[in-house]
Amino acid sequence: MSQEKQHISSYTSHFVVLITLIILTGISVAVTRVEMGPLNTLVAMIIAGAKASVVLAWFMHLKFDNKLFAIFTALVLVIFLLVLYVTFFDYSYR
Amino acid sequence: MSETNTTNQHVSFLKYQGKYKGLLGWILSTDHKRVGLLYLYTMLVFFSTAAILGLLMKLELIAPGMTIMGPQTYNAMFTVHGIIMIFIIVVPGLPAVFGNFFLPLMIGAKDVAFPRLNLLSWWVYVIGILTVLSSQFIGGWPDTGWTFYAPYSFRTPVNILPALFGAFILGFSSILTGINFIVTMHRMRCPGMTWFKMPLFPWTLYATAWIQVLATPVIGITLLLTVMERVMGVGIFNPAMGGDPILYQHLFWIYSHPAVYIMILPGMGVISEILPVFSRKRIYGYKAIVLSSLAIAFVGYFVWGHHMFTSGMSGRALYAFSFLTFLVAIPSAIKVFNWVSTMYKGSLNLQTPFYWAVSFIFVFMIGGLTGLVLGSLATNVHVHDTHFVVAHFHFIVFGGTGFSFMAALHYWFPKMFGRMYDRTWANTGWVIFFSGFLTLYLPMFYLGILGMPRRYYDYLPEFHGGNIISSLGAIAMIAGILIVFVNLIRSSRHGEKVTEKNPWGGRTLEWQTDTPPTLENWETEPTVTEQPYEYK
Amino acid sequence: MEKITEHTAHVHRDDEGDKLGMWLFIFTELLLFGMLFLIYAVYRYKNPVAFQLGGEELDVFLGTLNTVILLISSATVAMSITAMQKGEKTKALILLGTTLFIAVVFLINKWFEWGAKIDYGLYPNSENLLELGHGTTLFFGLYYVMSGIHALHILIGIGLFVFVYRQIMVNKINKTDYVWLENVGLYWHLVDLIWIFLFPLFYLIH
Ligand SMILES: [Cu+2]
Repeated sequence: MSQEKQHISSYTSHFVVLITLIILTGISVAVTRVEMGPLNTLVAMIIAGAKASVVLAWFMHLKFDNKLFAIFTALVLVIFLLVLYVTFFDYSYR
Repeated sequence: MSETNTTNQHVSFLKYQGKYKGLLGWILSTDHKRVGLLYLYTMLVFFSTAAILGLLMKLELIAPGMTIMGPQTYNAMFTVHGIIMIFIIVVPGLPAVFGNFFLPLMIGAKDVAFPRLNLLSWWVYVIGILTVLSSQFIGGWPDTGWTFYAPYSFRTPVNILPALFGAFILGFSSILTGINFIVTMHRMRCPGMTWFKMPLFPWTLYATAWIQVLATPVIGITLLLTVMERVMGVGIFNPAMGGDPILYQHLFWIYSHPAVYIMILPGMGVISEILPVFSRKRIYGYKAIVLSSLAIAFVGYFVWGHHMFTSGMSGRALYAFSFLTFLVAIPSAIKVFNWVSTMYKGSLNLQTPFYWAVSFIFVFMIGGLTGLVLGSLATNVHVHDTHFVVAHFHFIVFGGTGFSFMAALHYWFPKMFGRMYDRTWANTGWVIFFSGFLTLYLPMFYLGILGMPRRYYDYLPEFHGGNIISSLGAIAMIAGILIVFVNLIRSSRHGEKVTEKNPWGGRTLEWQTDTPPTLENWETEPTVTEQPYEYK
Repeated sequence: MEKITEHTAHVHRDDEGDKLGMWLFIFTELLLFGMLFLIYAVYRYKNPVAFQLGGEELDVFLGTLNTVILLISSATVAMSITAMQKGEKTKALILLGTTLFIAVVFLINKWFEWGAKIDYGLYPNSENLLELGHGTTLFFGLYYVMSGIHALHILIGIGLFVFVYRQIMVNKINKTDYVWLENVGLYWHLVDLIWIFLFPLFYLIH
């Protein structure tokens, strides 16, 4: 319906986001070479989370779109993480 | 909207003619009202089928030993009865029929947000049904129970794949409806209808739609993995290959517990619509009902483990799930208090929809309170997998969803068909159905406590007495269903004509349009200024 | 009875609503893959050593390559939306074509990766795999299932790109009406998003 308030991302901004993502990928690959035990998993997941947030915010436009979309996305993630958490009530204590 | 309509005002949606004629004009129509009725007719057929299967099982159980069928047939019967009733009837049930028909009317919209997607979801639904039923012709009826528990579901000699695939496809239909409803409510409420002026049936549909969107993919992937397990042997749920069958149960119930709220929440919405109209009173605690619906939807995600108390979970998980289960009882109880308080000192109008609604509260309370017996660990171990469980979930699923479905049907019938049913027959049907229902299911609580296990075609002689009563109840209940259906079907064609817009004196928007509604629902877009249910 | 020629109710246009619908669909996909990640988490927790050894079997180079090209394809589809918004049709088509091309390359890489594994005798229910024990069976079972379902999404994405490409060609998607392109873009980013997690979980963590 209303198209006027559409935010248009510039080519440059997309390019910067892409470079950021590739650098993060590089870091993620490099850091696994370092032996840190269980911390490896944690670091890999944190970096993947950072990459995912960048994709969500810029490529998927959550930063500029209706805030509702961002709220819903957060809600879905919370539900997923809680389900994961509750499932491990079983597996961690079996 | 367009000039073509100005000459056609007051042509009901049942009569107008679009591009296609006759049957095609229905199965290709994107009109939300016609889609709703398509669902209704489809469900009528399959509900009757599955109800007959249920009756046959009860006849088998009328005496110990083999009465009319052997064990394999009995296993197939309860499986197919379960699959049809759960995936084809009660999960889509209220949203697909009454949600489709009345959601746009109640929020003052012309249609749902994606009408073509809406029609597609019916087609997907039909394809899903056909896939499920095709199992009869390729490899025999499934015999795993509707839960498809691993590892039996990939070891059983009968071909379970059509059933798994069919349920998977039915999930898609459910997701499409959910997406459609959420967008409709966000984008298409008429001017003045703020969120907190929205009637309660749409509100419960909103909570339901979120569950449909967020829980259905879980069963989708679980069924798909079971298919892969059977076809390729990936080993994910196969204990012989290192998989954990209990993980299957986790995933299955991560969907299937919230699915119980897909079934019951819209029913609660229907009751919240009917009671104020027939009590001539404002609903008590509108916001409490709204918030408790959302709370049920949210907390309902985290209680699935109560189906697995004897499966071998860790002790810690048992406590956690038991606690969370008790937590989710609170918002349900809040609703019961609200309904009772709505009727308190109201001027009650004793009509058929009201009878169904009040009996709903009664059976829902029995179902809910016995749910607490199952939710607490010590008693659960005693009655797990007995007829107690069967009675409990029939009180919730059939008593809850079924009674509210009937209530909705009798409440909105004049609006949908422009005719009124025979009230005497409707009330007679209700009395016979209700007493048959109680006679059928109440003895099963007792049998369960005595220790009669579920899912067997045979039982020890000491359980004979209770089973006779229960089976006779089943016959009475089917007779009641028959009376209700025959009355409604007959009346939809020959019943007394209703032309007034608002036969019950309702305050919500659907009563302010023509009876039956026209193609586009409104001549002029309605505007809302006050809360729903404002009775002076 | 008079005829009504057109059902007018669905003529109205609501881009915001269409996008909301797409986001809801994305949530279903997130939950679907989420459950696969949950299964992965449980089995990794139960078989830490086997999962570690399994991860070392996978080709980090191919994995990294696929990650990077998928990121590039995400950027190009995002840029093609920018081009469409600015009314630069040719640019939009080139960028979209690039995305389509990369999607195909991704699948080709996957083909070789899977082919090598299968030649090695590592596929579900193979004797070689079963000999390696329960944990490894589960690791490769999940590897095939998860990257397989992901590849299926790439395939669907390719179909969508072809469709959208045609729609732009015939000006059905244009400067003022491009919500289809946006939604297909969202879908593609989702596919990327899933891969962002699949990659470290299978290829990196040792
Ligand atoms: Cu439950």
